[in-house]
Amino acid sequence: MGKLKFFLALWAAKLSRPALKLTKHNGTNFPGELAIKICPDFLRYVAKPEQVIAVTGTNGKTTVSNLLCDILEMSGKKVLDNRFGSNIISGISTSLVNGASVFNRSKYHVAVLEIDERSSKRIYPFVKPDILVVTNLFRDSIMRNAHPHYIADFLTDSIPPETRLVLNADDLIAASVAPDNPRVYFGIERMATDVTECVNLINDNRICPKCNGDLQYEYLRYHHIGKAYCPHCGFKAPAYDYAGRDVDLEHMTMTIADKDGSATYKLLSDGVFNIYNMVTAAALLRELGMTHEEIAGYMARTRVVETRYNVERVGNVDLVMQMAKEKNALACSRAFDYVSQQPGHKELFLMMNCLGDEKHWSENVCWLYDCDFEFLAREGVDHLVATGPRARDYRLRLLLAGVPAERIDCEEDEFKATELLHFDPGSQVYMFYGTDSLALAYKVREKVKKLAEEAAK
Amino acid sequence: MKIEVLYPELCNLYGDLANAEYLARSSGAEVVKTPLTAAPRFLTEDIAMVYMGGTTERGQVIVRDAFAPYLDGLKKRTEDGGLTLITGNALEIFGQYIEDEDGSKETMLGWFPTHADRHFMNRYNSLYLGKFGDMDIVGFKSQFGHSYGDNGDGLFQTVRGAGLNPYVTAEGIHQNDLMATYLIGPLVVLNPPFAKHLLRLMGVDEPVLAFEEAAMDVYAHRLEQFSQPERGFIY
Repeated sequence: MGKLKFFLALWAAKLSRPALKLTKHNGTNFPGELAIKICPDFLRYVAKPEQVIAVTGTNGKTTVSNLLCDILEMSGKKVLDNRFGSNIISGISTSLVNGASVFNRSKYHVAVLEIDERSSKRIYPFVKPDILVVTNLFRDSIMRNAHPHYIADFLTDSIPPETRLVLNADDLIAASVAPDNPRVYFGIERMATDVTECVNLINDNRICPKCNGDLQYEYLRYHHIGKAYCPHCGFKAPAYDYAGRDVDLEHMTMTIADKDGSATYKLLSDGVFNIYNMVTAAALLRELGMTHEEIAGYMARTRVVETRYNVERVGNVDLVMQMAKEKNALACSRAFDYVSQQPGHKELFLMMNCLGDEKHWSENVCWLYDCDFEFLAREGVDHLVATGPRARDYRLRLLLAGVPAERIDCEEDEFKATELLHFDPGSQVYMFYGTDSLALAYKVREKVKKLAEEAAK
Repeated sequence: MKIEVLYPELCNLYGDLANAEYLARSSGAEVVKTPLTAAPRFLTEDIAMVYMGGTTERGQVIVRDAFAPYLDGLKKRTEDGGLTLITGNALEIFGQYIEDEDGSKETMLGWFPTHADRHFMNRYNSLYLGKFGDMDIVGFKSQFGHSYGDNGDGLFQTVRGAGLNPYVTAEGIHQNDLMATYLIGPLVVLNPPFAKHLLRLMGVDEPVLAFEEAAMDVYAHRLEQFSQPERGFIY
């Protein structure tokens, strides 16, 4: 009966795809949802590729997954992914529906699945990853994720004992996951920009996990990311099996090394987050047996996904679309730090509102006070337009962060707010948006482009 | 004038530390931070307000152990009318115990006559609208459970949302000028009238808040929004 139900679910899910296309319904996850509805154990039975790679963590999982998919495909593998679906159970199910034949045989060599941390309990019992990457664990949505230690415990309870882990040694919270599983660590050696004292509002790893004493850092990159040690009990962060080193932002190169060799890699971006994403992907591909030369060659042909960072010359300004996930203090802090340190004059359009929350209740704004808006008080950030349902909250937070009042404009309506932009010739206009405001951001961008072109006349 | 923040290395979730910073900025007070390894300064120094924010579940146990030797000092401070603000799940540290869904219990400091029931797979998220005397209070809750027990009139009287638990309207604990609430994050920043009340208790005669106009604008807008009957409250 179980198998019959499963095949009914598989065929119904497969048939739903052309039906959705015909009726022009945007139902990315619908086939997976339908399959689970018909057969709650669908994931248990559906065919999986020979090798399953899972990527989880707070930030970077999409970029790392995309890098892995692209490189494995370039190397000749048939890769099943969920890049066009969601990273929760319905999205994973939809991918596996697509990846299985009508007789339930997998059509792929390998699956690279980006998996939401909170979905792990529903997915890993049935889709057991051979290798799982945890990119990092930071504060994320207060409502869903509480705090990163909770997510680490959640993953520890969910990850199958045989899964091999690729973990970030520079993130002691991520490195603590599933302590009995086989594992390797990656990290980035000291960089010129490192410090030893945290300058961020959030550092979720201030005390030693062994003795609760004050944790110190040989070098600290941001938040709790760095090489930690405890001067009281001798505790040390794990050693790197895969190390990024000699990061050269001028020539846009770095070395990635392990016990068997090293290679020079071309940097895909000068943001530290993306440098970590590269090291993460390289570590995993080395675990799969690829050589550094192969990985570096393929990686040089990839690029960071456009929705996360995109520059376009419009009129007399550079218009930059900068993704900064709403309700994620860390993602916004990193983006603020990066953008505020870019040379030249900058104008920022802040619209990282959680529009879905606004429809049903009201966005919980506590994350604004975990987020380093202080970076936006730096010289060179000449003008900020706060917009969307939480525009007033942004304004207050910016004032408290030390941004002079005369640099801030505030308008709730996103389209009207574009009229407050100055478009000073030669400046960069950054539009900050999140996943929830992505569609709106691209509509608003059209108006910004029109105004920028008019301003240049 | 000093505001003492207890254990900021652990009790710092959800922007909680902005509460002490905002009061300091609005009064010229100095924020002094006491780590786990040190004795609280309120035992030996004149402290206008003691503050403790929310923490992780492991953090609750570490803080319980670190603070246990000083609990009597806080009780005395409270009897003497000293001002203390406790937010988020730090409230649970001072209760009787925390019980998880599997029946396991963690004994806590045993001061408040309440205990917490914790459900890790069922996080409670809501907006909050309440009253503190004549003042309207707006805020947010995000927690793994609720506390139960006799909290009297509580700190706030709930208009919408849960009190100490969904079955009572009294929210938090109020003993003299010790105030404990499940509300998380920058409660003081989001509630300028309450911020002024705290400043008066700290000894500021005519308090003027930092960026008061902007703070009042945010507050008025949120209050109007949270008062809309059709506005969903539970996430």
